Amino acid sequence: MEQWKGFQSGNWNKEINVRDFIINNITVYDKDDSFLVGPTEATTKLWAQVMDLNKQEREAGGVLDLDSKVVSTITSHGPGYLNKDLEKVVGFQTDAPFKRSLQPFGGIRMAEQAAASYGFHVDEEVKEIFTKYRKTHNQGVFDAYTEEMMLARKAGIITGLPDAYGRGRIIGDYRRVALYGVDFLINEKKKDLKNTGKVMSEETIRLREELAEQIRSLGELKEMAAAHGFDISAPAANAREAFQWLYFGYLAAIKEQNGAAMSLGRTSTFLDIYIERDLQNGTLTEVEAQELVDHFVMKLRLVKFARTPDYNDLFSGDPTWVTESIGGVSVDGTPLVTKNSFRFLHTLSNLGPAPEPNLTVLWSTKLPQGFKNFCAKMSIKTSAIQYENDDIMRLEYGDDYAIACCVSAMRVGKQMQFFGARANLAKTLLYAINGGMDEKLKIQVAPRFAPITSDILDYEEVMDRFDAMMDWLAELYINTLNVIHYMHDKYAYERIEMALHDTKIIRTMATGIAGLSVVADSLSAIKYGQVKVIRDENGVAVDFETTGDYPKYGNNDDRVDQIAVNLVETFMTKLRKHATYRDSVTTTSILTITSNVVYGKKTGNTPDGRRTGEPFAPGANPMHGRDTKGALASLASVAKLPYTHALDGISNTFSMVPKALGKDEASQVANLAAILDGYASKEGHHLNINVFNRDTLLDAMEHPEEYPQLTIRVSGYAVNFIKLTREQQIDVINRTFHGSM
Amino acid sequence: MQGNIHSIETCGTVDGPGIRYIVFTQGCLLRCQYCHNADTWEIGTGKIMTVDEIVQDLESYRPFMEASGGGITVSGGEPLLQMPFLTELFKACKAKGIHTTIDSSGGNFSERPEYLSQLDELLQYTDLILVDLKHINRDQHKRLTGKYNDHILKFAQYLSDKNMPIWVRHVLVPNITDFDEYLDELGEFIGTLNNVEKVEVLPYHKLGVYKWEALNLKYPLEDTEPPTEDRVENAYERLTRHLK
Repeated sequence: MEQWKGFQSGNWNKEINVRDFIINNITVYDKDDSFLVGPTEATTKLWAQVMDLNKQEREAGGVLDLDSKVVSTITSHGPGYLNKDLEKVVGFQTDAPFKRSLQPFGGIRMAEQAAASYGFHVDEEVKEIFTKYRKTHNQGVFDAYTEEMMLARKAGIITGLPDAYGRGRIIGDYRRVALYGVDFLINEKKKDLKNTGKVMSEETIRLREELAEQIRSLGELKEMAAAHGFDISAPAANAREAFQWLYFGYLAAIKEQNGAAMSLGRTSTFLDIYIERDLQNGTLTEVEAQELVDHFVMKLRLVKFARTPDYNDLFSGDPTWVTESIGGVSVDGTPLVTKNSFRFLHTLSNLGPAPEPNLTVLWSTKLPQGFKNFCAKMSIKTSAIQYENDDIMRLEYGDDYAIACCVSAMRVGKQMQFFGARANLAKTLLYAINGGMDEKLKIQVAPRFAPITSDILDYEEVMDRFDAMMDWLAELYINTLNVIHYMHDKYAYERIEMALHDTKIIRTMATGIAGLSVVADSLSAIKYGQVKVIRDENGVAVDFETTGDYPKYGNNDDRVDQIAVNLVETFMTKLRKHATYRDSVTTTSILTITSNVVYGKKTGNTPDGRRTGEPFAPGANPMHGRDTKGALASLASVAKLPYTHALDGISNTFSMVPKALGKDEASQVANLAAILDGYASKEGHHLNINVFNRDTLLDAMEHPEEYPQLTIRVSGYAVNFIKLTREQQIDVINRTFHGSM
Repeated sequence: MQGNIHSIETCGTVDGPGIRYIVFTQGCLLRCQYCHNADTWEIGTGKIMTVDEIVQDLESYRPFMEASGGGITVSGGEPLLQMPFLTELFKACKAKGIHTTIDSSGGNFSERPEYLSQLDELLQYTDLILVDLKHINRDQHKRLTGKYNDHILKFAQYLSDKNMPIWVRHVLVPNITDFDEYLDELGEFIGTLNNVEKVEVLPYHKLGVYKWEALNLKYPLEDTEPPTEDRVENAYERLTRHLK
């Protein structure tokens, strides 16, 4: 094909194989950041316009405009622009920037609530259609939920389930649109449709219907691009087209799905190949290349969804998880770092810091030093980058995986997940003590097991009951997820995202754990200290008196760290026992996003001394203030958690004051890079890096208008600090800042 | 072999090269007015830790040390009050190829032969010493720390004679050490040493004040503010003017 001229050929010419294209054509860059250039005039002008709209949106209470009439589909809206003459990459979710789309397929009530909370009203006719004639995902789930599931949900032992919002965490391989053009993709899917089994089992029928939908959505994708003046039936012929084609693929996905996490994939090195070809041909300059990246990233920063207040409580700060995975190393040891890896991170300078796209560096000890130092430098400057350990993920997922949402690795275009929120293990421990009675609602949620009646908790007895309670929870949890994902496939199927996957894929059932450090410390208190139970008039344990010194998770002390390790392995083993929807592979994560606050709110006093309602630590973090041996001891504890038993990711948020990293910029950069190398060597999985002083945050709480771009990393994503609820802001400020000595 | 330990900090980045595992020993002879670790003064208390315990703990941070060119730093308190312990600890560290550093004010230096023989043995396993020179003026030193500085200057001289690499550290305190004449005098003294790899000016800060309060001690420098950046630069220039 004409558009492939100048590329090294390979298997990718004959079949859909983006990885093969990258490996054959990459230009590895192993030097420093001195080649980078600043923003163009057009970039600066467009960004000023965005900042102004941001301000208007904030003043309007969080949402500037919302389409309350036109249901969003791939082709529902005509093109919208910031400034058509200046934008190098075009397209918005609706016909105007900052206008949120109406997406009722997940649930009409949620769409109504989301609109209402910002003062908009969903059109009556749309309401009628989605109530009377068109069933939604949400309704399907609640039709099938059992009483027990409803109760578990209400009590908050399982919370945050994607039964009232889109599940997300599916990454279409948007690169395919650029590399092959849409016609090629349609033809491949047509071949697959011809080759499904002939016996019409339920599975085959479903597959045929899904393939037909996928093919239809690809046609609509072409139509959408045509409305913007582009014919994307053939491959992209140059860098600008590659960015635009790829973005159109992504745009189609976010027009049709408001999934919790709508991640982008691993695009920067892929796109670099097009830039390099144009640079060689003399048809593009470095300034123009950076401008393309800046404009593309600007679009990714403007992805917006209408969300309900409940959703915002769980995932605070308006996140969209447009996660872009950068760097990593190939299976044969070649760094997959290109100049574009630098250019993407450089947008944090050219446009200023921002939480989206969720810039994720796939860290390997084998990355070139120049790139390591640049990452560290940008982290210190912006606190907007997260790091995930490529050296352990590559073993599981090869070298063309990307991160969905926060910490979920998946092979791009070959794997998806059924997102399963998380189970509250801290509450489960309380259920074990109280025989299944909820300590807050005072109702029987789990089956009526015998409660513990002794005054002083005995470790063996507690573990015995806890084990039985986890058995109950694991089964209920998997069954609940089976219901949700059956209905999501049925009523809110992600057809364009799946059109950009292979037809035969791996699915994972991605469960999660909340409250790990609370449970580890509680069990340690029971084992090494003394925990006396305080019961109410009905004999329900409502408080604990903990005495004696006991080791706390986060100090690199095996006595308690191994309790945490065992907990992950035990719960995961129990989950694996149960049959899953579409034979998905069960995984788990230790990640709370910002739901650690909501989970804490719903959980009573715990034996570790945490008071009722107090937030849990986020993700796999130690509880704040309890890690007293310094930053590395804290990291060492978390790094012990076994990734092989938590393949959906282990999140750790790490905050340091700048001076704790070293006296001058050079040593701060070197030390941060070394911390990342050390954590990777110790097989830690994920690190959010925040570098700033607590005073900055306190000041931003009082004077938000002065900090429009202040970005911080929370569990697995970054947020605009001033967009967090006050409660969340206080939670962030209260957390351990290493080096505040 | 056991030591009296105040605490451990696993991620030290300001006391020697790279990322350092810092052992704060318990006990000190000086009573510096700006001390930010006043809780390490008392001798013979703290937590008893064995060499094995520390080395085993240290071991788990090897990847961070290796990636940063770091190692172990023993600070305090005054580490040299526990030389036999330090010697055993550093011997074990060197056997594992770990870079060793002492952060000392030389407050207990003595020319007694038994002291020197202990020190000489320790130096065999020591890669670097951070020498805190508190004040060049004898009387001012006494006012600031409770002791004269003769033996401390001799300590620096002794290390110079032994060709033991040192970093000189000097806390810059307005109204106490931050006078050009003192800085020049200290600069000249530093210039006489032939083992100085680096000079660090540490701007006075108030982060340790809460510890004085916790110990029910009156903080003597309550009204003293940190020096300006200009003064810090000035001090650095004067202290390094005669550097060999």
